[in-house]
Amino acid sequence: MNRERTIVLWCPDWPVRAARSATDLPADTPMALIDHRMVFACSPEARRLGVRRGLTVREAQFRCTDLIVLPYDPALDRRAFEPVLDGLEDIAPGVAVLRPGTCAIRARGPVRYYGSEAAAARAMLDYLHGAGLPEARAGIADGPFAAEQAARAPATGPGGVGSESPDRVRIVPSGESAAFLAPLPVSAVADAGLGTLLARLGVHTLGQLAALPALDVHRRFGAAAAQAHARAAGREHEEVVPRTPTPVFDRGQEFEPALDRIDQLAFALRSTADTFVLALREQTLVCTAVSILVSTEDGLLTERTWRHPRWFTASDLIDRVRWQLQGEGRADSGLAAGVIRVTFSPDRVDAVANHEDGLWGTGPDERIHHALTRVQGLVGHAGVVTAAISGGRMLADRQLWVPWGDDGAGPPGRASGGDARPWSGSLGGLLPATVYRERRPVTLVTDDGHALRVDDRGALVGEPARFSPPRSAAGGTEGSTGTEPRTVVAWAGPWPVLERWWDTPAGRTVQRVQIVEEHGSAWLLALDGDGWRAEARYD
Amino acid sequence: MSIPLTSEARVAGSSAGTAGTAGSAAERVSELQARIHGMQRDRWDGGGRPVSGVLAELLPDGILRTGVVYTVDNSTSLIMAVLAAATADGGWSAVVGLPDFGAEAAIGFGIDLERVVLVPSPADQWLAVTAALVDVLPVVVVHPERAVGDAEAARLGARLRQSGCTLIVAGAWSQSEAALRVTGTRWEGLGAGHGYLAGRDLTVHVSGRNGSGPRRSTLVHLPEVAAPGDAEPVVRRESGRRGRAGAGIRKSGRS
Repeated sequence: MNRERTIVLWCPDWPVRAARSATDLPADTPMALIDHRMVFACSPEARRLGVRRGLTVREAQFRCTDLIVLPYDPALDRRAFEPVLDGLEDIAPGVAVLRPGTCAIRARGPVRYYGSEAAAARAMLDYLHGAGLPEARAGIADGPFAAEQAARAPATGPGGVGSESPDRVRIVPSGESAAFLAPLPVSAVADAGLGTLLARLGVHTLGQLAALPALDVHRRFGAAAAQAHARAAGREHEEVVPRTPTPVFDRGQEFEPALDRIDQLAFALRSTADTFVLALREQTLVCTAVSILVSTEDGLLTERTWRHPRWFTASDLIDRVRWQLQGEGRADSGLAAGVIRVTFSPDRVDAVANHEDGLWGTGPDERIHHALTRVQGLVGHAGVVTAAISGGRMLADRQLWVPWGDDGAGPPGRASGGDARPWSGSLGGLLPATVYRERRPVTLVTDDGHALRVDDRGALVGEPARFSPPRSAAGGTEGSTGTEPRTVVAWAGPWPVLERWWDTPAGRTVQRVQIVEEHGSAWLLALDGDGWRAEARYD
Repeated sequence: MSIPLTSEARVAGSSAGTAGTAGSAAERVSELQARIHGMQRDRWDGGGRPVSGVLAELLPDGILRTGVVYTVDNSTSLIMAVLAAATADGGWSAVVGLPDFGAEAAIGFGIDLERVVLVPSPADQWLAVTAALVDVLPVVVVHPERAVGDAEAARLGARLRQSGCTLIVAGAWSQSEAALRVTGTRWEGLGAGHGYLAGRDLTVHVSGRNGSGPRRSTLVHLPEVAAPGDAEPVVRRESGRRGRAGAGIRKSGRS
């Protein structure tokens, strides 16, 4: 027998405990976690009232009327177990997670350190007790399966050791695993199908299963049954494979005294950014999304997650810090408050193999990306964008600008822009080539010089006769003739746009009119509460 | 290059003098000059991409040259038409300094928005941004914030020739391959209180290199084809079809 002695620690009802820690429910409420419309786990209170694993939700609620039913979240399970493991690794190295709530440790090291198996198990249980898991149990046996069964064995069984908690540690002496396992039911090793089959054949306990010849079991029932047979006979082949603790890639730097200039900061951060990228590179990883935390002297903490179309290099990280701090400002502007700490934390990492350049390079796209990154350095992150068409009625609302490197709206924008059915109240016919981001005030008057009005029935009062184009800030493109009134030669409208009439502050009623004036330029005008404005120009 | 040109011209003039009649001398001079032009390349010719449809009539020789500057003065639609033709092969492009660029209209011209990079408000960095972009992108549209001097234009021109980028300037530029300018517009579909804008005839005035080449006006119908989209009412489709069949390209004469 060279099966390794193994300690298994088991926290009963771990899923319930994890869910309870996430929801702040009182400790004594009966509770059940539901997976695929069946009870997956339930709290001891619920179990006392007859709730069992595998019941339907309705049946469970019938047995326990004030049952709190939550969906089962495996990710939450694992996440909640993580800090417990970190603590266990401090007292005993090489922890393997069998499943959330159950972990196995090779006994040899801790036993030598603590003196005996019972002392080692007690030390670990003491730690778990301190971590708020008083009901945790330990089992020690040859191999993880037997040890787990020992940990789960009812407390009244023989072999309990230890003075203060006689029923929480169960030690199966070396070589006695098979005898210990023999009375357990077959369902401990076999899945439902095989369990039923064995029961029909009259094999009910592990001892009976172990008594069958191994070769015959393998031939008759296949490899899975052969493994079950080995486990039942205490001859399991599994070994404890310790988990590799996740390396921490976060890198931060403190500044004392605080830095209040971006260029100083960029220079000081260079080496931190380098080590961040290198640490990832040593694990053959690259970072494709990073969270940057910046703490300033006045106690503010800003966090922003940046994405990268490829992966972050050190200078990319410095650029992101720069953009995060200066916002829309320019490279030489000072900061509002001194920066005392900057932390890079990888948000998404990927294997470097997925980002290797092709044998002949990835060609033009990489050059384009570099050039655009350089331009972003000149005009800021949000200054370089790609356009996407989104939903909306007003033309400016429909245009979405996604900064270069961000994921953007993606699918929803595409769907409503390309394939979705048109928005009611959207503009038909020709689309204007110039869409003003902010509508610009214009004058549209009737023959007698009064501003054109739209009456309550949505009809124009009078006809548009003269029009003064907006005073352009930039000049040039608005045509050569300034803003003196021009004669309107053709027009159509008004077309009402009623948005969010149920929501008074955000509601908007706009009347749209298309006009063509004497110089041949055409405009889309909108009448809102503030008078006529140019929404767009056909040029 | 100018010195051999003068000497050749003098030789041509003397040979014409020996020939006698004034008319044949002038013919001879122009013929020789044409031969000189044919032999010496007084300008950089980096090739270009052939364009189809409306633009083939508008642009000199029917091709959009690379490494040169085109100016399109006062029509964003015309810029979009040129941009669509230039990126028809799926190339990237950039639009610098046009914060009001109508992305939805650009789709109607057949421009792939995913391959158009916009730098809407570069402010006084526009020249640096443009210079960075022309190095890598095949087509760049820029709206100059201010008039550029000859020296700056020449420097940028050198970069263009090096990288083979076509620069489309929305405004004035001192050294351009061709200057396109809309001098008149006739709208379709809008009446006195009814209808809606469905199409237009643009009279585009084209002048050649540095304003010295042949000048002509061309009548262009935009949109060239009815914009794709299921949202259009039937009336719109009919008008678009009528426009295509009727208008197309008509030379309205030379000025």
